[in-house]
Formats: sequence, structure tokens, C-alpha cells
Amino acid sequence: MRIRLEKRREPSRLMQALSPIGAVAATMIVGAIIFQAIGYDGPDAVKDIFFTPVLASYKWQDVAAKAAPLILIALGLTLGNQAKVWNIGAEGQYILGALGGAGAAILTQDMQGWWIVPLMIVCGMAAGALWAAPVAWLRNRFGVNEILSSLMLVYVATQLLNYLVTGPWKDPHGQNFPQTAPFTASQRLPAALFGQPFPPGLYIAFALALVFWLVMARTEYGLGVRVVGEAPRAARYAGYRASDAVWSTLLISGAMAGLAGVLEATTQSGQLNLGFPSGYGFTAIIVSFLGRLHPMGIALAGVVLAISYVGGQVAQTTVHVPSATAGIFQAMMLFFILASDVLVRRRLRIEWGAGQTKAARA
Amino acid sequence: MDGKPRLQLRGVTKRFPGVLANDNVSLVVRPGEIHALLGENGAGKSTLVKMIYGVLHPDSGDILWDGEPTPIDNPRSARKLGIGMVFQHFSLFEALTVLENIALGVDAKIPQNLLEAEIRRVLDLYGLKLDPRRIVSTLSVGERQRIEIVRALLLNPKLLIMDEPTSVLTPQEVEQLFETLRKLSAQGCSILYISHKLHEIIALCETATILRAGRFVAECDPRRETSRSMAELMIGGNLKEISRTPGRAFGAEKFATRALSLPKIGDFGMALKEVSFSVRAGEILGVAGVAGNGQNELMEALSGEVASPDQMILLEGKTIGRLGPTQRRALGLSAVPEERNGHAAVADLTLALNGALTARRRMGFVTGGLLSLSLARAYAGKVISTFTVKALGPHSTAGSLSGGNLQKFIMGREILQEPSAIAVSQPTWGVDAGAAAAIRQALVDLAARGCAILVISQDLDELLELCDSLVVINLGSLSRVMKVGEASIEEIGLLMGGVHGDPQATVEMTEALQHAH
Repeated sequence: MRIRLEKRREPSRLMQALSPIGAVAATMIVGAIIFQAIGYDGPDAVKDIFFTPVLASYKWQDVAAKAAPLILIALGLTLGNQAKVWNIGAEGQYILGALGGAGAAILTQDMQGWWIVPLMIVCGMAAGALWAAPVAWLRNRFGVNEILSSLMLVYVATQLLNYLVTGPWKDPHGQNFPQTAPFTASQRLPAALFGQPFPPGLYIAFALALVFWLVMARTEYGLGVRVVGEAPRAARYAGYRASDAVWSTLLISGAMAGLAGVLEATTQSGQLNLGFPSGYGFTAIIVSFLGRLHPMGIALAGVVLAISYVGGQVAQTTVHVPSATAGIFQAMMLFFILASDVLVRRRLRIEWGAGQTKAARA
Repeated sequence: MDGKPRLQLRGVTKRFPGVLANDNVSLVVRPGEIHALLGENGAGKSTLVKMIYGVLHPDSGDILWDGEPTPIDNPRSARKLGIGMVFQHFSLFEALTVLENIALGVDAKIPQNLLEAEIRRVLDLYGLKLDPRRIVSTLSVGERQRIEIVRALLLNPKLLIMDEPTSVLTPQEVEQLFETLRKLSAQGCSILYISHKLHEIIALCETATILRAGRFVAECDPRRETSRSMAELMIGGNLKEISRTPGRAFGAEKFATRALSLPKIGDFGMALKEVSFSVRAGEILGVAGVAGNGQNELMEALSGEVASPDQMILLEGKTIGRLGPTQRRALGLSAVPEERNGHAAVADLTLALNGALTARRRMGFVTGGLLSLSLARAYAGKVISTFTVKALGPHSTAGSLSGGNLQKFIMGREILQEPSAIAVSQPTWGVDAGAAAAIRQALVDLAARGCAILVISQDLDELLELCDSLVVINLGSLSRVMKVGEASIEEIGLLMGGVHGDPQATVEMTEALQHAH
């Protein structure tokens, strides 16, 4: 008997669309079994992680607050993933985005006006893009692997945040706590809009998902990004330069992570402290793949991952699972989505080969 | 010779989802026989051969080896029986050396130095040029194929399957290979020979099995057939010959290079040395030569993938050397590289988007950065219908098309853009007779509309059929231009072997030519 994977000629679109649902379902089943096996109430843990946040409306604001940065970051990463430019350092660009916004906040401490938040947002996006720029430059100039350089810059960003909030940017009136001064009213965005429990970031994320979909599917640039990723030689032949795609996708994904960071700072935390880094930059990688590298899928996947974050906290208090539980479920989701990708593109064949023909002859 | 056949297929059927690839096919190869397997792309040759080599397994029917029903589970057991195979598409690891690649294909564990000595012996014996220590990624298509040939010959096979082995050889090398194959056959090794070059089959093979649409059509003796009669059996209809208007006049010079020189890229690239040619409106200039002599480098310089000093390339009098591919296309210069998958087309993209790869600006799909998918779909649809590409439609991915159909699509994509000049590499490599004829006719028609065409090909017959004039590329430089009617095969062949500029070799060539006449 042999087990083989044969490439399918045309992967089924339906299967491609359904595979994330299968991955989430598999995560629930396997997760329940694992947690049962190590002595927790597995089905209950799964119920709290995936269903309680949806069924309990008072959790929606929490879910929305977490979905917004995940979707924003994942949109940017997806553009890069299409070009096979792997930005693993979105967490660092997210921190820089918040720092850019906080820097603008410090400069505008004594001012008022509607323009202050937009200025902070622009500074945050620019800072995020700036943090991705060396990654692009190193890759184009010296062929440095962007996975490593972008990841290492995360740690530099964390140290920069630590330095700033414990040093030059520390709140003079903050009783020596390692944090910046709280943002003023002109520097903050409301956590809910239009009477719904959803922050402005979520509306921005959904709007940008539409924009990214347009860019990826309906522009000359979007085609180029895909072709650079799928077939670099064909891209060169078609007049697309791979180095341009590296620059643009890294700068855009940096700016998107920066946007997520600055929105988080002005909407949720209202100041920066040592606890600001949240891991959204890493989780967004899962969102990108679970969303099938499609902006609309990412909007959905961002909500699913946000649910697992919130649900993980719920399960900690109800079923007493450890705090790493949400992370385990998120990692399983990535594993299953990548595995189902293999099966959508390939066909699993179990061949009884020799045995069968011999039997037929005998 | 009356003994049991070496290989016999009885009623072999193989079905893929939606396709009946082989329908009740029978085939007999006797010991020492050189047997041709003929058929258009998609006729089921590859499937049949893969079953003989154990890559696929028949759904029903028997494979008999030396008269015994023998299941062939995998290529390893095929090799154990003594079946060697040279695939048309190579399975080589780019980052490894020739030697390491061959070592991976050898089932027995042999120390590398012994293997290398053995390889050098086989190379010598069959006059194949190949350095076992070179990295595969630096090799041309022709050289890569030689690895596969050596790999098969190392096994001292009893049946050697060859899938289009001569497409990258010079006429002299083809003759050498035939000598080798005849030697092998005299020693009792059977050869199953797949080729589209019908005159080669007439020269080499004793028997031919012809397939069409997965079914056995005929077995014949090629020596009693003509190329035309066999081609018609393959396509099941009348073969169209290229029709061209006699006594065409060429226009002014449209597409030219002036002493185009480029340094070699990578350790084993080929530098271009003062390449000068001139193609007039309506003219087809052929560039003959063995793979790896600078064809790819020339192609990339012409397409704009590699920039050159500006004055070295001219299109309608304008210097374009430093322009990129998009700007060159806007001016009317098209290019089709040799490699279809991953270079001229992207397997995972739809045909509509593959059309947009090169046609997006020239055919106006792009307005303000937005790409009109409906225009791209309509254009792909037009290419599909004009060039009778077998595809479900513009939404099919390029990877779902057979090689010949994808090549027709790519050629059609460029031709319908009505370029004022076009450079094409290997327009019919691995393409069946019917599709090849259609592609050649399309090029001739394009020239008749005033396009200046440069065709780079290793298929000399194709160039002689298609072109008005010919040059030979060797070691990155071009020979003098010959008019097709006046060029002798011997001279071209010797130039392909690389003699010009070397006085001793020129003397030898002259002697050889005198000898030939």
C-alpha cells in the first residue's frame, strides 16, 4: 500500500472556500479531545472559547476591539504573502505605529482640534512603514531573508518601547510608572460608535478590506504582486520588478500594522506602557492564512481569531484552563488551514497497487 | 527474432477524472526493435509510457515483459526489469551537480568516484558533452536532457524509452545519437522512441504505433510511409502545409541589434559577443544553434528583461536597449521565451490574467492603474477561439492546459497584439504536429502583415520551413546571415558545432563540406 499526494489540475473553488470552515471545525474537535485528555472539561473549554463570546452580547465590544487590529494587520501581510514576501515582524511595526502616534501626542499635548487624531494616525502609519523599510532594503540590496530581519526588528521595537516609556517619554506626573502621559480628549477616539459596541478601527478595517480587495483583484499593481509571488521570471517578463514588489508590500504592510497600533493606542489603551505589545502582529499571520489570502476572508477570519482571544479569557475563569490556551487553539487553526491547503491542491491517493493486480489475476 | 516480445501491452486502459487517457491500447515491442510511438499531444503517449515505466498503473489490461504478465509497481521495479527512460520534462534538482543528480537516480549505492568514472565512460562512448561536476541550475535545456540520457544508459537497459530526445541536438549530434541507438538495438536492447520529427522516425525506426485520442490507430513500418501519411494518421485528417505568398518583398529594416554585447550573468551564463542582426518588415530570421550557446541571454536582452546599452537594440530606428519589457511592448516589440511554465505564463493564474501579463497595456486593459477583467477575459476568449486553443474558457488556469495548447495560447496572445516586431524562442518545442503547423502558419501570416520576426530554435527543420534567412548562434556570437534556399544543412550543422573564427576548424569544415557534396 502506498499513500501519495497527487497534484490536482484545477483545485476546486468550493473546497478552497470551505477549507477554513473545516479547519476551524477540526480545531474544535481536536482541541476538545486534547484538553479532555489532559484533565480539563474539553467540550466546555471549546464552548467557552468559540461560542460564549458570540452568544453573550456583552462580549461583542471585546471581540470587535480585538478583531480591528487583527484585520488591519492581516490585510497588509496578505499583500506581502501574495508576493511571497514574508513579513513576520508586524508586531514590531504595530509597536512603532503606537510610538509614532504617542510621539505626535506628546508634541500636541497642549493643543486641541480635530486634526490631532488624524495627525497621530499619519505618524503611526509612517512609523510602521519606516520600521519595515530596512527589511525591504536589506532584502533587495543584499538578499537578506525578510523573515529573519523583520522578526528581529520586533525585539528592537520592544526595547525601543521599553526605553521610551521608562525614559524620555515617561509621564512626568505618573508617579514613576513606566508609561506615557494619558492622551488628552483631542488625542482619543471613542471605543464605540453610532450606538453600536464597535470601535472606529473596525469600520476602518472593513472599509480597507474592500480597498485591498479592489487593489488585489482589479488593479495592474495587484496582478503584479501575485505574479511576482507565483513566478518571478514571468513577472520580469511581464515588466514587473520583484524589488518594487518587495518595497511596496513591506511598506504597505508596515503602514497597516502601524495603523493598527496607533488606533489601539488612541482607542483602547489611551497611553503607552510596557504591556502594550499584544501579539496581534503574530496572530495576524494566522488571520491572513485562515482568510485564504482574500480580504473578505480576512475580515471574517479576524473576527474568528478575536473570538478565540476573548473566549480564551472566558475559559480561563470558567474551566480554569491556562492562559496559553487561546494560543494553542490559534496555532492549531493555522496548522489545520495549512494542512487543508495541501489537500485542496492535491489529492490523497491510497494505492493498493501490486496487491490489487495480483489478486485480480489470481 | 521469432521469440517472445520484449514488451507487450494488451488492452491497456487508463482513466483520469473526466478523461479516458488510454482506451484499450495494445502494443508489441520485440527485442532489439526500435519502435516509434506517435501521436498528437493528448493522444495518450505520455500516459502509456508512464504505465510502462511504473509511474502510473493501468485500470485494466496487462503488461507483459518477455512474455510474462508483469505488474510494474514503480519506476524502481521498472528499472530492475531493465527499463530505462528519458523523460521529456526533466526531474532534476537545480541546486545539485550533474553527478549528484545521477547518483540520486541510481538505485544501487555506488561510490561517487566510481560513478563519475562510469558516467565519463558513457559520455565518451556516446559522444555526449557534459561536465559531471557542474550545477544543474547553470545548464541549458539541452545539457539537462543529456543528464537524463546518461542516467538511463548507465543502467544498461533492455528497453530504453526516449521521449523527444533529439529536439536539442545538432544534426550531427542527432546522427551520433542514432548511431548509439542502432548500436544498442544491435545488442538486443529495444527502444521505444517518441518524437514529433517524422523524418527521424523514418530514418531510425522499424515499427511505429500511432495513437489518436487515447486509442490505437495503426501500426506501420515508417520506412514505407511518408512524413505526411503518418502525420495524417496522427491527426486523423489532412495536414495543412504552410502557405505563403511567393515572391514577397521585404520592407525597410524594423528590428535590429548593433554589436550587442553583454557580460555573462552567473558562473555558467553565456556572454553575448557583438551580436548584430537586422530583420526587415515581413522577414523571418531564424537563429539556429545548440542549446546553451547564448539563446536565452539573447532572448532576455531582446525582451527587455535584461537591459543593454541603449544604442545596441533598434526598433523601427529607435534605440530601445535600456527600455524595460513594458515600454518595449508599448512600442510594438513582443517576445516569447522558450519556457512556457513560469516564464511566458503563470500556471496558477487564469488565461484571462495570463493574457493580461503582456497585453494589458497594449490592448488597453489598464486605465489609471485599474485592470479591466472583462476586457482581459474577452481578449483571452478571442485568443482561444482564433487559435483553437483547447481550454474550457478564459477562467481556466494556464496549468490546466496541455503544453501545445498553452503554447498556442501564448503565441496567440502575442500575435493578436499585432506587434511590429517579435522575438520567439522555440515556438513549437514539445508541441504536436497539428499545433506546430498552426503556430508556424500564424507566424508566416504575421510576417505577411509586415511584422519583423526573429525565431530562435534548435529545430533546424522548423527554421528551414519557416524562415527567409538564417544565422547560427554559437558561444554567444552569430555567424554570417544565410538565405534559407542557399544554406546547406552540413554547413549550418558545422557552424552549430562551433567552428567559425578557428582557422583549423574552418579547414576541417571545408573538407567535411567537400566530402559531403
